[in-house]
Amino acid sequence: MKITRKEVEHIAHLSRLEFNEEEIGAFTEQLNSILTYFDKLQEIDTTAVEPTSHAIVVTNVFREDEVVVPSPREANLANAPDQEGYCFRVPKIIE
Amino acid sequence: MEYEAVIGLEVHAQLLTKSKIFCGCPTEFGADPNVNTCPVCLGMPGVLPVLNGKVVEFAVKTGLALHCEIAGHSVFARKNYFYPDLPKGYQISQYELPLATGGYLDVEVDGQERRIGITRIHLEEDAGKLMHEIEGTVTGYSYVDFNRTGVPLLEIVSEPDIRSGEEARIYLQTLRTILRYLDVCDGNMEEGSLRCDANVSVRPRGENRYGTRTEVKNMNSFRFVREALDYEINRQINVLESGESVAQETRLWDTGQGMTISMRGKEEAHDYRYFPDPDLVPLKLETAWIEIVKRSLPELPQEKKERFVRDYSIPRYDSDVLTSSKALADYFEACVGEFPQPKIVSNWIMGEVLRMLKRDSGEIEECPITPHQLAELFQLLEKGTISGKIAKQVFEEMYTTGSSAGEIVRSQGLEQVSDETELEKVIARIVAENPETVAKYRSGKTKVLGFLVGQVMKETKGKANPEIVNRILQGKLTS
Repeated sequence: MKITRKEVEHIAHLSRLEFNEEEIGAFTEQLNSILTYFDKLQEIDTTAVEPTSHAIVVTNVFREDEVVVPSPREANLANAPDQEGYCFRVPKIIE
Repeated sequence: MEYEAVIGLEVHAQLLTKSKIFCGCPTEFGADPNVNTCPVCLGMPGVLPVLNGKVVEFAVKTGLALHCEIAGHSVFARKNYFYPDLPKGYQISQYELPLATGGYLDVEVDGQERRIGITRIHLEEDAGKLMHEIEGTVTGYSYVDFNRTGVPLLEIVSEPDIRSGEEARIYLQTLRTILRYLDVCDGNMEEGSLRCDANVSVRPRGENRYGTRTEVKNMNSFRFVREALDYEINRQINVLESGESVAQETRLWDTGQGMTISMRGKEEAHDYRYFPDPDLVPLKLETAWIEIVKRSLPELPQEKKERFVRDYSIPRYDSDVLTSSKALADYFEACVGEFPQPKIVSNWIMGEVLRMLKRDSGEIEECPITPHQLAELFQLLEKGTISGKIAKQVFEEMYTTGSSAGEIVRSQGLEQVSDETELEKVIARIVAENPETVAKYRSGKTKVLGFLVGQVMKETKGKANPEIVNRILQGKLTS
C-alpha cells in the first residue's frame, strides 16, 4: 500500500472535502494504483537530471505593469455561491 | 539565570506596482469591496496567471540592496491551504527556489553596528480580507473582499540574529527606509503595506541550541513590534523560570491589553504540500540584466548618511534625521544648493519644517514651501532684511499661504529696522520710561538688559535689529 485510508482522509480534510466510507475506499484504491504506476518511472536513473518543474522549456513570460479595467463586480459576484453587500459570504470564521 | 532572546522577522512588503502580480486589476487601497477583481485573481477555473515584470525588477532591486545573491533560476510554487480569503485554495508563492538568498542588513543599535542576516527574499501574492460583520452588524457569516487578493508581496525573512524588541524595531525601520528609497514599497504599516511577524525564543546566555519558539503576529506599528517582542521575551523567561516549558504556538499581540495572547486550538499542523506551479513558467535572470539593475540602484540611506556628514559637515544626528526619507534628503540638498550653509538649513528643516509637518501629520512631499522659497527666506535673514524672530513669523505665513518670503515681508512691512537714528529714539524713550530697571543695571545687575531689549523689540513689533539695539542700549546705560 502506497497510501493509507487515513492519509486519504487527511488530504480530504485539508481541502475541506467530505466523502462517505465508500468513496474513501474507492479513492484510496485509485490513488494507490496511480502511485504504483509511478514506481515504473522510478526505475529510471535520474541522478544527473535536474528536477523538472515544467513540461515545456519556456522561461520569462511577463506582462507590463498596466491596469486593465476589472470585470464588472456583478459578474464576479454572480459566481459566488452566496453573497451580501458586494461581498462573498462564507460560513462564520471564528475569530 | 541570564537569558538571551533569539528573534527572526518575516516581513511582508507590498510592492508599489499599479496592477496586481498575475493580472491587470488595480492595487489601490480602500476601494469598495470586490471592485478590483477579475476571473484571474478570483481563481476561476481555466484562467492563466501572467507575471507582472515590474515585481521581478522590484524584488531584484531589494535583493541587491540587501546584499543578497540573486538566483539565476527561480520558480513559483503553490502553497496549498484552505481558507476563505484564498479563492484558489492555494497561494502562489516561492518555496525551494526563491529569488534571492543570503544577504544582510546593518543596523545601528545604541551606537553599535549589528549585522542581521537575510535568509531569503521571495515573491508571492496577497490574500483577501475577511470581515466578520457587515454594516456594523455581527451575523452568522463572514464576508470576503478579494480586492487585495493578488497584490504583489515581497517576503523578506531574516536570520534569527535579532536579540531584543528594540533591535527588531530598528531592523524593521531600517528596512522600511531602504524599501522607500528604492521606491518599491510605501512602507505604510497602518494600511498594511508593510507587515511583520516574528519568531521568538529564549535560551540561557551561552547556550547554542535554540529554545522552543512562538510566532508573534498582529504587530502593526514600530512601537507594537518593540512592545510585543519585549513582552513575549519576558513571558517566555517567566515560563522557563517557573519550571514549565514554552509551547510552540502562534500568539497575537493585543494592543489594548498590552500582551500576547495564544491562538489556542485554532491551529493545525501546517501541511502546505508545496509544488511548482505549472501555470507559471520559471524565471531565468541573466547576470547582465542583474548588473543593469544594480547600476540603477539609488544612493542608499547608509551611504547618503555618511556623505552628508562628510560633505556638509553636519552632525551625525542631523544626518540621521535628514536621510530618514529620500524626499527629505532631496529637500535638504535642494536648499543647500541655493543657500550653502548646511547647518543653518539643517536646523530650520529639523526644527520649523518638521514641526509644522508633524502638526499637520504631513510628509515632506506635501510641504507647501519649496526648497527654493525656503532658501529665499534664509537669504533675507542673511542680508539682515529681517530678524531671526520675524523669520519664524514669515516662515509660518509662507507655510500657511504658500506665498514667498519676499512678498510677505514687503506686503506686511516686516523689514528689519537697522536705521540707528530711528532706533536711538525708541531706545531713549524706553530708558526714560524704566528708571528702576536702568538703576538696577547700573548697580551691576546686567541681566536686566534682556528686559530692556525686549521692550524695544515690543515697541518695534519685533523688527528692530537686535545687534544694533544691544549696542546702542549698552552705550546709553554705561554712559
